[in-house]
Amino acid sequence: MSSIATHPGRQPGRQPGGVPTRLRVNNRDHVLELDPRTTLLDALREHLHLTGTKKGCDQGQCGACTVIVNGRRANSCLTLAVMHDGDDITTVEGLGTPEALHPMQKAFVEHDGFQCGYCTPGQILSAVCVLGEIEAGIPSHVTGALTAAPTCSDAEIRERMSGNICRCAAYPNIIAAIREVAGGRS
Amino acid sequence: MRAFTYERAETAAEAVAAVARTPGARFIAGGTNLLDLMKLEIETPTHLVDVNRLGLDHVEETGDGGLRIGALVRNTDLAADPRVRRDYGVLSRAIVAGASGQLRNRATTGGNLMQRTRCPYFYDTAMPCNKREPGTGCAALGGLSHNHAILGSSEACIATHPSDMAVALRALDATVETMAPDGSGRSIAIADFHRLPGDTPHIETVLGPGELITAVTLPPPRGGIHLYRKVRERASYAFANVAVALVAKVRSGRVVVDRLAFGGLAHKPWRVEAAERLFAEGEDAAADPIADLVLAGARPTEHNAYKLPLVRRTLAATLDTARQGETS
Ligand SMILES: Cc1cc2nc3c(=O)[nH]c(=O)nc-3n(C[C@H](O)[C@H](O)[C@H](O)COP(=O)(O)OP(=O)(O)OC[C@H]3O[C@@H](n4cnc5c(N)ncnc54)[C@H](O)[C@@H]3O)c2cc1C
Ligand code: SF4
Ligand code: FES
Ligand code: FES
Repeated sequence: MSSIATHPGRQPGRQPGGVPTRLRVNNRDHVLELDPRTTLLDALREHLHLTGTKKGCDQGQCGACTVIVNGRRANSCLTLAVMHDGDDITTVEGLGTPEALHPMQKAFVEHDGFQCGYCTPGQILSAVCVLGEIEAGIPSHVTGALTAAPTCSDAEIRERMSGNICRCAAYPNIIAAIREVAGGRS
Repeated sequence: MRAFTYERAETAAEAVAAVARTPGARFIAGGTNLLDLMKLEIETPTHLVDVNRLGLDHVEETGDGGLRIGALVRNTDLAADPRVRRDYGVLSRAIVAGASGQLRNRATTGGNLMQRTRCPYFYDTAMPCNKREPGTGCAALGGLSHNHAILGSSEACIATHPSDMAVALRALDATVETMAPDGSGRSIAIADFHRLPGDTPHIETVLGPGELITAVTLPPPRGGIHLYRKVRERASYAFANVAVALVAKVRSGRVVVDRLAFGGLAHKPWRVEAAERLFAEGEDAAADPIADLVLAGARPTEHNAYKLPLVRRTLAATLDTARQGETS
């Protein structure tokens, strides 16, 4: 059976448009009643008050809204929250704590990987996933032989991070931070 | 964004039935194109049918040695599939040349084929656009048209199709499999899938109302060197100005073109089969005669005439790369 979520009429007593949606965010379960228009980004920021995830362009063009959905990075501005019923989401708030920073957060601080900081949560979540994608052997535009495993070169990191724009152009330091975490791993 | 209702389908049959019974309903897959356009109210569906959980997210081998790619296979997963990387490299290369890592994680095979043009006037609801509002005219004709079509365009529309993946699928002779609202299936050659604009630029594919893409199939591998060269305005995360998809055999430094398709030139991936056979086996393919044939009938605007030499040079560079037996 398909689940008809929001035909007003079919769900007496419920506000038209309120779709019950279960989200597991940073290891906590939430049930929200959402207007289907709510993007995952707005659900995180406006409903769960997790404002670490930023809205830059709201059009998929900047990466500030990057979150991790079921282990993979995604632009939360171009997906509807109701499409993520039951999904497991990690935002920057769930990556580390001020007392115990994630290694990528620590490296960004150490390498001055930001100026204004607006793009930073998206950069950090993307960076964590980029290293995972290289490890998993997912090719990129700059990967040499498609049948060989991609390496963790600067060119690979730059290409894979291209979906995260930094208006302050902190790019060299961002690369340095990611390199450090990558080096510590291998 | 206009208000809409939402429903999640669990089978393909359910999804097509749901769209058929609700006027104004649309499928939503990754959402990376549809939601962008809904925010601008360029697309105004009244009901969304979520097709993400139909189970169409596998790549499997077909009986004849090809591959069947479910319509919901994410662009990342398709590009990373070991069989695609080994046997259909041009497809992996084209996919990773598009969008960003985050977007490819969500974008699907079906949605990528159905994505709409990036013509700036299509996106600007204050401007006339025959594609967005049939009969209003085409703002690009007298406006800025630096990344518009040079081939196959019409007086009604000079937009390009922005997909990189589709260019590789055209080179590989893929087939699009669909399910109609009555549950019946059909197969559409990729060459016939996208339409030229003609007088009806708002009709972009041959899909009927409510017809769902269920899979894309690839014929058995053709071997050879697979290249995708994309020229764009920045090194990454930008749409193509010109793109070349090439499958070629290289013997003692001579390139024999097997398949050749172009992106960024037209309302659909552009392939001129005769241009692939211009040079006989044993001859070394040269870019200019091939480009002459491919560009026959080109009608550039004052802003995009640069694409004529760019096609030549991009093709020449791609043939050079093949000649060196490189795979980049
Ligand atoms: C900033 C940015 C940069 C980009 N750069 C590139 C690029 O360089 N190259 C490139 O090729 N692409 C690029 N893209 C486009 C991206 O590839 C597409 O948005 C994506 O492939 C669309 O897939 P989707 O699953 O998200 O589609 P959706 O947005 O879910 O759907 C798109 C359309 O397809 C229809 N649809 C979806 N699935 C089906 C189905 N199974 N059957 C029938 N209809 C269906 C929907 O109804 C809708 O009309 C870019 C996008 C953005 C936002
Ligand atoms: S080129 Fe096509 S999409 Fe662009 S304004 Fe003209 S009609 Fe619209
Ligand atoms: S806010 Fe999502 S990509 Fe810019
Ligand atoms: S640090 Fe300011 S936008 Fe990146």
